[in-house]
Amino acid sequence: MLLIVGTVPDETFPLTVGPAVLDGADMIVNGIRVPVNRGTPALVGAVLAACQVLGSMPVETALVGDIGTGKGSRRLYEHLSRELPGMAATTLAFHYLQPDVDWHNKVLFAVEEMEKRPVLIADAGFMYAAKMSGQAPSYDLFTPDVGELSFLADETAPHPFYTRGFILHQDNNVPDLIARAHEYRNGARHLLVKGSVDYVVADGEITGQVSKPAAEAMEAMGGTGDTLTGLVCALIESGKSIPEACRIAARVNRMAGEYANPTPASQVMDIILQIPKALARVLEDPNT
Amino acid sequence: MILVFKRISRLFNRLPKNGVRKVKDDLGILVFENTSEVIQAENFLKSRGWEIKVMGPPPGIQSGCDLVIQFPLIERLMLTRQLEEAGLPPLEVVPVTHPLLKPVDLFHTKDFGDYLMVRAANMKLTIEKKTKIIVNISGGGCPDVPYLAREMVGRHLDEAPRPGKIGHTLCGYALELAHKEMIHQCS
Repeated sequence: MLLIVGTVPDETFPLTVGPAVLDGADMIVNGIRVPVNRGTPALVGAVLAACQVLGSMPVETALVGDIGTGKGSRRLYEHLSRELPGMAATTLAFHYLQPDVDWHNKVLFAVEEMEKRPVLIADAGFMYAAKMSGQAPSYDLFTPDVGELSFLADETAPHPFYTRGFILHQDNNVPDLIARAHEYRNGARHLLVKGSVDYVVADGEITGQVSKPAAEAMEAMGGTGDTLTGLVCALIESGKSIPEACRIAARVNRMAGEYANPTPASQVMDIILQIPKALARVLEDPNT
Repeated sequence: MILVFKRISRLFNRLPKNGVRKVKDDLGILVFENTSEVIQAENFLKSRGWEIKVMGPPPGIQSGCDLVIQFPLIERLMLTRQLEEAGLPPLEVVPVTHPLLKPVDLFHTKDFGDYLMVRAANMKLTIEKKTKIIVNISGGGCPDVPYLAREMVGRHLDEAPRPGKIGHTLCGYALELAHKEMIHQCS
């Protein structure tokens, strides 16, 4: 079972655990309708779209409303630290949660108590917490953008606030940043670095780069990094190795963007709708 | 203190090639350890009427974080004294005396024809030119980004809530800069 842990940008959204389904431009979890625009709903949307090609697989979500204050995240952390040991996830993806080192550590302890250790994936706020805790090597995959990679690579930074390059991206030195994150044990075993070039990394070594196709308007679109992380999660849960899943996901996300023929006003759902077609194409011919 | 006066004296006695000295145009930058301090210092200085600008650090400065404050160098003593009294002492105060010490602009603008995108640091805000409706917000993995996008996309540029008011993170701050710059470019 793939378990996706994250937030919904609505304070009134309750702590909700259950499977999600896509319905038009919305996602429905336990009868609650959520627009799929960006953040964790976009990640879930990409997973569900990929399942149309990869075949039915159990996908559960653990979501809570949080607008960036951390209130909802803390309730979800508390729930996970209590309930995770009894859950049977094979892939566990943590997404937009308020970084909180103490709660992160409690959740990681709960993961260690699970009967079988799942593949651990972290992105966005939870990935910051994983690095801040010094526990990054416990994870199988991080999916940072270049700014987030700068934070992983900065062994002295206790918080992104202290990092040079967190908001002023240094696209020209990604290989150095990857090496440094690995050297100081602040990266997961595998990285998928998202950017104008996507880098696939295993144990500090770059094993692949994906830069085509590239739809120019995607630069303006929010949520495209979330769909990429969602695609990787689905592919790993379907049985692909992590490096293979990263390479396929990067190709598919770009191709779905191209198929959507986007304008700068296009929304991420336009890309999600193209994922089944793009995924089928890439799986049929990996050299596409 | 003597060292400071000597440095200032040297600075004031430096003449440009055309022989005309414009001390009032000389600039300096304040370097801080983290961006939270920059934002606090910016608010503090602006509330006291100082003419300052938040920018990216120059390539010649290796210390500090992603943001610096540019200020008129002639005001150095008064300004740093006020910051120290406010508990916001900068890590370094650097005169901009070399191209490698020139702070970098945080803004980049991209014209897509019917759409205009402004990027401030890692956050991008795109509007439809004809209607000035915000059509997309992208960038950043901070926990408030999905909320900011939900509140702002689909709204008129002038009517959307200010990210500086409803955001909680560095990405929210960067989006506030992008929003202000877009309003400036469209006015």
